[in-house]
Amino acid sequence: MKILIKNGMIYHNKSFIKKDILIDNEKISEIKDNIIENDVYPDKIIDAQDKHIFPGFVDLHCHLREPGQTHKEDIYTGTRAAAKGGFTTICAMPNTYPVIDNIASVEFVQRKAKDIGLCKVKVIGASSKKIEGKEISEIATMKEGGIIAVSDDGACVQNAKLQQNIMKYARNFDLPVIIHAEDYNLAGKGQVHGGKIATRLGLSGIPGVAEELIIARDLMLAELTKCQIHIAHLSTAKSVQLVREAKANGIQVTSEVTPHHLIFNEDCLVTFDTNYKCKPPIRSEKDRQALLDGLIDGTIDLIATDHAPHSDYEKEKEFDFAPFGINGFETAFASLYTELVLNGSLSLEMLIEKMAVAPSQWLRLKSGIVDIDKPADLVIVDLNADINFTYDNMLSKSKNTPYLNKSLKAKVSTTICDGKITFEL
Amino acid sequence: MIESFNLLGRNMYDLDDYTAEELNAILDATVVMKEINQRDYKKLPTLKGKTVCTLFIENSTRTKISFELAASRLSADLISFQASTSSLQKGESLQDTVETLNAMGVDLYIIRHSSPGSPHLVHKYSNKPVVNGGDGRHAHPTQALLDMYSIKEKLGTLNGLKVVIVGDITNSRVVRSNLIGMKKLGAEVTICGPRTLVPGYMDEIYGCKVEYDLKTALKDADVVMGLRMQLERQTEGLFPSLEEYSKHYNICRETMKWAKKDALVMHPGPMNRGIEILPEIAESPQSVIIEQVANGVAVRMALLFLILGGKM
Repeated sequence: MKILIKNGMIYHNKSFIKKDILIDNEKISEIKDNIIENDVYPDKIIDAQDKHIFPGFVDLHCHLREPGQTHKEDIYTGTRAAAKGGFTTICAMPNTYPVIDNIASVEFVQRKAKDIGLCKVKVIGASSKKIEGKEISEIATMKEGGIIAVSDDGACVQNAKLQQNIMKYARNFDLPVIIHAEDYNLAGKGQVHGGKIATRLGLSGIPGVAEELIIARDLMLAELTKCQIHIAHLSTAKSVQLVREAKANGIQVTSEVTPHHLIFNEDCLVTFDTNYKCKPPIRSEKDRQALLDGLIDGTIDLIATDHAPHSDYEKEKEFDFAPFGINGFETAFASLYTELVLNGSLSLEMLIEKMAVAPSQWLRLKSGIVDIDKPADLVIVDLNADINFTYDNMLSKSKNTPYLNKSLKAKVSTTICDGKITFEL
Repeated sequence: MIESFNLLGRNMYDLDDYTAEELNAILDATVVMKEINQRDYKKLPTLKGKTVCTLFIENSTRTKISFELAASRLSADLISFQASTSSLQKGESLQDTVETLNAMGVDLYIIRHSSPGSPHLVHKYSNKPVVNGGDGRHAHPTQALLDMYSIKEKLGTLNGLKVVIVGDITNSRVVRSNLIGMKKLGAEVTICGPRTLVPGYMDEIYGCKVEYDLKTALKDADVVMGLRMQLERQTEGLFPSLEEYSKHYNICRETMKWAKKDALVMHPGPMNRGIEILPEIAESPQSVIIEQVANGVAVRMALLFLILGGKM
């Protein structure tokens, strides 16, 4: 199948150029000022006049909930929502039921995602069996099955000795370890950031040090074991500083931040809206600023959604009883563009780097760049168009987003994954 | 006077949504209610035909009884609902419970719940006025109102007074609501306890003073309020023993010497006699602890009356 995209502003070499793109099967075959329809006989022509074309977004951190929690999301609804959000590759965390800690589960998710064909899904295997933090899982076997990293995300290995062994073992098979940093004793029964908001609302707090202590520990262990680690969802200023110093000291560490930690601060919780309840919690304005600074100076390598769908009846509860997590695929780009790019906090180029280029490089993908002979993983966006999120128009099975019934700028009009249209308005 | 402030149909999640004038209007109406409570025939027909539901999803004796008595004295019909948090988690959700009750025609809800923010939810599910009867560590506005009333009744005003609240600040909803209300009425509040029982940012959020030493805190105090010290906090590692806590932070005849002479002694109850407060002072003429309980009924009558638009 040949697709001709006319008149779009293409993200190329960190800037934008107006050119036409020809996609031939899975790859980009031509990029020219003017590709004449009658020269190439396309099966489909997309007019991208006044639209931008970026490399497809890549998400290093999401929860597809299958197997076991398909009332929240499944691989079909999840990848459909991802495609609508402009994603062409996503990485699924293993905290499903049962946990993805064995090759059969890895293959199940990959096969199902491939059959559906709406988004490329990479699997992250559990670093400990059942993410219980007791024994190392079969990391090498899962690697044969295709995992790209290991993580106990959602849980955190409390035993430092085991964590050290996980790092040694993962390094042995050339896999990075992704860290969900949370000291259970310090986090306790915490529901929100252990700062001003917890004091004011009388909710239990998760202090920043609960995250920072584990990051400090794991940076030391990474230095010892020479394992490559990636810190998931940084949330505090001190965490950013720890990673910054570790990078300066040559430790092999990368890190990510979520859209919601970049956009919101703790004040969003004053109405007890459980759609803002997540882990790590949304922290102070000072922390948010530090995350933005860290993203811009390169301490934080990339943006990941931590797409964490929960059904409405689970979220519609007393604050203490609602689960942690925010729905992210469909809102990620639009929210960051509207809330950070439009007010000048972040450049559009930087946003594309952090959502598409950097995560592609992290995963060593061939995509993540709009160029000839590269995989045709593209997203076409109308930056001026409004996008609203309603119960009926969201494709994710769950609607747990602070943007429900709200409107943002920047609407994805087409997503193309391996030369196939996976979403179209 | 009362009629000029329209509290009709309002929620009371906490005192921050109310102006000083509105708080004073409630306290003024309380004077009238208290007088009625001292009559031989303690009843007004004013809320006849209205249905009030006390939805208590956490144990309470005095607050529940106080609200229910207040509703009865105003002739409202009463639904008294008591459940444990665990039963509500296992069985019917809060949403289903409220929607079920609402279908029966409740006009106002009073909720007590261990989870902060639950009153907001009850309003969301019922679209009826909700009075917070205590939600976790968040707020307990009617307790603050009765405390403020008790002070005003004895000392004439809150303006310019120094109020000192001593004890487990972290776990106290009473402190939080009092800080908001008393500040609005012009009092200066100092909180005091060991650092493990005082959360961060209190001064920043509430504009109060924070002291960790009882003697320093009590200097020039007009009012001293003790808070219930819960034994569970010991196993949480927040203090080593009740004995040690008592030695450093209890309110007794000796420590009250650090406050102004004849300073009022208060306690929201239930008291741990001999721990945070000694009987010698709890039962002294300085103490208004028992009157606080009586005032609680009057304040709640005033509030229900104003929200439900009763006619005098």
